[in-house]
Amino acid sequence: MIYYLVPALIMFCCGVYGFVTRKNMIAMLISLELMLNAVDINFVVFNRYLYPQAMEGMMFTLFAIAIAAAETAVAIAIIINAYRSIKNVDVTDFNKMKE
Amino acid sequence: MDYSQFLAMKQEICLLVVFLLVFLNDTFLPRRSQDSLGWITCVLFALFTAFGFCPHVWNTSDAVFAGMYVSTPAVATIKNILNVGVLIVLIQSLKWANSEVQLVRRGEFYELVLITLLGMYFMVSARHFLLFFIGLETASLPLAALVAFDKHRYESTEAAVKYVLTAVFSSAIFLMGISLVYGISGSLYFSQIGVAVDITSGTGLIALVIALGFVMAGIGFKLSLVPFHLWTADVYQGAPTSVTSYLSVISKGSAAFAFLVILWQVFGAVYPEAWGWMLYALIILTITVGNLFAIRQKNLKRFLAFSSVSQAGYIMLGIMAYPHTIGIASLMFYILVYIFSNLAAFGVIGAIENNTGKVWMQDYNGLYKTNPRLAFTMMLAMFSLAGIPPFAGFFSKFFIFTGALSVGTTAIYVLVLIALINTIVSLYYYLLVVKAMFISEEPSTIATFRSAFSERLALWVCVAGIIGLGIVSFFYDSIIAVA
Repeated sequence: MIYYLVPALIMFCCGVYGFVTRKNMIAMLISLELMLNAVDINFVVFNRYLYPQAMEGMMFTLFAIAIAAAETAVAIAIIINAYRSIKNVDVTDFNKMKE
Repeated sequence: MDYSQFLAMKQEICLLVVFLLVFLNDTFLPRRSQDSLGWITCVLFALFTAFGFCPHVWNTSDAVFAGMYVSTPAVATIKNILNVGVLIVLIQSLKWANSEVQLVRRGEFYELVLITLLGMYFMVSARHFLLFFIGLETASLPLAALVAFDKHRYESTEAAVKYVLTAVFSSAIFLMGISLVYGISGSLYFSQIGVAVDITSGTGLIALVIALGFVMAGIGFKLSLVPFHLWTADVYQGAPTSVTSYLSVISKGSAAFAFLVILWQVFGAVYPEAWGWMLYALIILTITVGNLFAIRQKNLKRFLAFSSVSQAGYIMLGIMAYPHTIGIASLMFYILVYIFSNLAAFGVIGAIENNTGKVWMQDYNGLYKTNPRLAFTMMLAMFSLAGIPPFAGFFSKFFIFTGALSVGTTAIYVLVLIALINTIVSLYYYLLVVKAMFISEEPSTIATFRSAFSERLALWVCVAGIIGLGIVSFFYDSIIAVA
């Protein structure tokens, strides 16, 4: 089991690292996907190895995948809108609002 | 399958019906009769809100879908409270939604608001993490679209980018927490997790604390608790004012209630070891940092953003007191009062923004001379938010402090003392606004104007709430009866 959990954890940490350091919004979104997928692996592994009598973890993963897709769709739509307004997808350019 | 169990979900089903009616109306009605869409939505939603107050016979079969969803008197009451808030937001936003710019997409505003509310219903009713997560996402994804609603205004876009990225990030963190909880306990039912976790072993406790840290961080983002509040100010400032008011009261109220349910029903057994101290630190940080940043703000929407951060800290005090009935009752009462006070403030800001486009603090100098009624309403809202008697805000703070004190440990006394000191600090910045409006000698830059009927109606309801909720003990009594 540990052979699956450690890669999932590494994936999650990579996602957090990428989200914090990358400045391109698409790259940030990819990092977020990495985090969400790491969680899915976690669920499936726990379900398969620790609690194989019920399918709760698998079911959760299916729903989580669908919701992650919806999240990406909304985020992409907003990023496209942002690109139209300043012709750029760099988050550092989105800082005009502070006083 | 016994279909009669769906009757327990009557509020969700009726909300869905309202949503479908608005949606069909928006899609199929001829263009010329669409001007009435806003009022139709408000009337339908008012009927629905009234329906929520109809008496209901409670029985044990109100847990449906194998216990994933429950409906209890307390849950039904928080739904009614949210309904009242949404109704005020809808009425307030009528003028903005009917303005020239929003004409083509105003139907979407109502639809997104209603579907977001449906998500929050599932959040507060869920007793299983899957249903809770679906509710959470149904609530936060349409909100991202709402924040981006002013498509051609740059600030709205910037706010939406920040909101959607932090929302997805917090969901991922939250999911990580749930997956660890699942790994520890083998169940996703709230009622079974607490039983299954073995905290007597050291590793079990450490794993649980880590999982809880993730869960609290995830919900802390939604509630904008410090240190997860960084998105709040920018999003509140950039989003359209109607959406900001929705975000600050309804979204926050439902998340606070759901937070209470999760912490106590799932992790209630491990309160002292695992999360009592985490929540303690979060409350102190949230109240203090929110207050200190609010003092510096010059933009009123930003100012209210930080004020709402610190108010969320006060709401969390109710969670601390949950084992006593007064805990959950004071939390719900605080949310109710907060809805009225904050919506009054946002109603005034929205009315002034719609008519003159001004949102800065110095624009409000001498407002009393040109628009006395708006200034007076704003003053009531600020007094209520600050907690000056005899307005409702005083009573909500009083009950929440009483609830926290009923826990009776020394640590809680210190916590309440810190909260009290912060109340005095908050008095300073709330009164800054009042001072600008009433005492400042500078001539007002805002000309006298007459706000639309819908805006006045919403403000009258808020004023009645601010004055009535505290003095008329019926409201608090009926809340404590269901708690």
